[in-house]
Amino acid sequence: MTGLSVSLHLATRELWRNRGRFLLFSMVIALITVLVLFIAALAEGLADANRQYLSKLDAQLMVLGDRADGILTASRIGRSRMAAVERVEGVAAAGAIGFSTANVIDPLPKTGSPLRVSLVGVEPGKPGEPPAIQGRGLSTIQAGEVVLDRAVLNQLQIAVGDTLTIQTTQGTQDQTYTLRVVGVSDNQAYLFQPTLFVPMFTWDRIRPKGEGESAASELTVGAIAVRIEDATQAEAVRARLLDSVSRVEVQTVKETYENLPGYSAQQSTLTTQSVFTLLIGVLVIGGFFQIQILQKVPQIGVLKAIGAANSTVGTAAVIQIVLVTAIGVALGSALTLLLSLGMPASVPVAFTGVGVATAIAALLLIGPIGGSVSVRYAIQIEPLRALGL
Amino acid sequence: MYALETRNVTKTYTLEGQPINAVKEVSLAVKPGEFIALVGPSGSGKTTLLAILAALLAPSSGEVMIAGRDLAKLSEGQRVAFRREQIGFTFQANNLVPYLNALENVELMLRLNGKLDKAGRERAKEILTRLGLGNRLHNLPGQMSGGQQQRVAIARALIHNPAVVLADEPTASLDTERAFQVVETFSGLIHEQGRAGIMVTHDLRMVNFTDRVVMMRDGVIAATYETRAEIEALATRGHADEHTAPAPRPQPVGAFNLAAAAV
Repeated sequence: MTGLSVSLHLATRELWRNRGRFLLFSMVIALITVLVLFIAALAEGLADANRQYLSKLDAQLMVLGDRADGILTASRIGRSRMAAVERVEGVAAAGAIGFSTANVIDPLPKTGSPLRVSLVGVEPGKPGEPPAIQGRGLSTIQAGEVVLDRAVLNQLQIAVGDTLTIQTTQGTQDQTYTLRVVGVSDNQAYLFQPTLFVPMFTWDRIRPKGEGESAASELTVGAIAVRIEDATQAEAVRARLLDSVSRVEVQTVKETYENLPGYSAQQSTLTTQSVFTLLIGVLVIGGFFQIQILQKVPQIGVLKAIGAANSTVGTAAVIQIVLVTAIGVALGSALTLLLSLGMPASVPVAFTGVGVATAIAALLLIGPIGGSVSVRYAIQIEPLRALGL
Repeated sequence: MYALETRNVTKTYTLEGQPINAVKEVSLAVKPGEFIALVGPSGSGKTTLLAILAALLAPSSGEVMIAGRDLAKLSEGQRVAFRREQIGFTFQANNLVPYLNALENVELMLRLNGKLDKAGRERAKEILTRLGLGNRLHNLPGQMSGGQQQRVAIARALIHNPAVVLADEPTASLDTERAFQVVETFSGLIHEQGRAGIMVTHDLRMVNFTDRVVMMRDGVIAATYETRAEIEALATRGHADEHTAPAPRPQPVGAFNLAAAAV
């Protein structure tokens, strides 16, 4: 205990008496912290903007067309397959989902340009329809209704009960359709765009189509979302679906959004950036403390010569590294919080508890990892150095 | 009963396959309350001997007894504990911990020994005040002169009541007047507190404050001066390097890496 109290005394006295230098270094760690936290938030924000709708689905499995290769945007599947899917043992409910895009031309957002949105067709009351947090859900009998993503509502400055006009291309002509807002869903972006949810038959009528496509006999959707009775039986139900329904692929919702074009590549790029930033942090912290120790060699020699144990000197060095790193990470976290408050809504950063906690834990670890070389060096300094030998 | 006693202490290094004796067959005994000077030209082995007496370096052969304990029988951990309990140390340079003030530097020895209490704090203040540093207690080393720093180091070397106090060139960076003041103070406290004191110095003028002078040359004790008359005569000779006649040496001892060779 004596050794620890001496270490604490030496470490804190040195920090306090050289607080300018150490604070400056803590600021360097703070900037590294800001960088790491923002990269983590950007990764989360970008991932979220891609998968927001899919990750909130009340479903566990997605049935795709067999030539999709697991890629939702490439999947085409006949809506009639929904009945076959629903008959499979273990399936609680299934809902077809159609994906396309549209422009909202009235009202216009503040930018004055039409708002580009994801136009998603869902089966009212079936998996795929988002819960309405305001107003009501879509009706099975009423056409021309729309449930809006909250982000769209805010950007267009409209409310439940209002109407909006969208424009899509039908063959070679641009067509406009007026829809009535009946409900608002939580943020449900899909592929970076805010989303309008419409009943499947409305979707099929208003979605962009190529020439001659409108004559197709069967309604073709993107995928069928499947809610199963027992979530632990996902693998068994998946196998049964593959057996019972011909020419389909089945994957989990997580696999579905991970297979979205660019999703994994984007995430791994950002993860690599985070890792490299942390590595740079290790080198910077390691370099700083190594220089510190090199400057203190005679002084450490004297401490050891007068009877300070190696453990006392080593612990003092570790305490300093941990404190300087912790102060830097705390300052950086506070700075990140301030910066995030002033960040425009268009920048896709999302600070989640797990993401921030993981980044902070990693940042707190890089101090001891970076400083370990200097601690080892401090322990190895011979007390004879005090006598110049 | 001696506070410190060495018998036939030898420290041998190997340089390019050749054994070199940095210290050879040195026998020395110092009583409590006795202050001796270890003098000699550069490379005569006095600092190596000091390192052996401080339990920083193990001798190749011979015996070192301090406060009744045989240093050869101590483990590495015990040697560290022995140094902080039984040895007081002042050094030529980098003596004080630069981020601790004068009082904290002195208290450090008590802190290391787990004996820093209210009485210890008072004693630290008292000794610093006695050394004329009562108004410098909270000054950092960088805010004090070289002489003041050496006096703080002396206080630190004595505060924990060690059996032996060792001083390595305590006046090397001081002007003449301050050098005399520091050694006189040091000598006074060693005699008063009954410690065994050993001072390594180049400056023969300082030996006037000691009870005995041991002259080393080429690792061996070349001469011992014990009477007042002998010591005073030596003190008038000035600097050890200038006035002693070093015998020709085949190898420069200063080139050895003692740290690497330490056992």
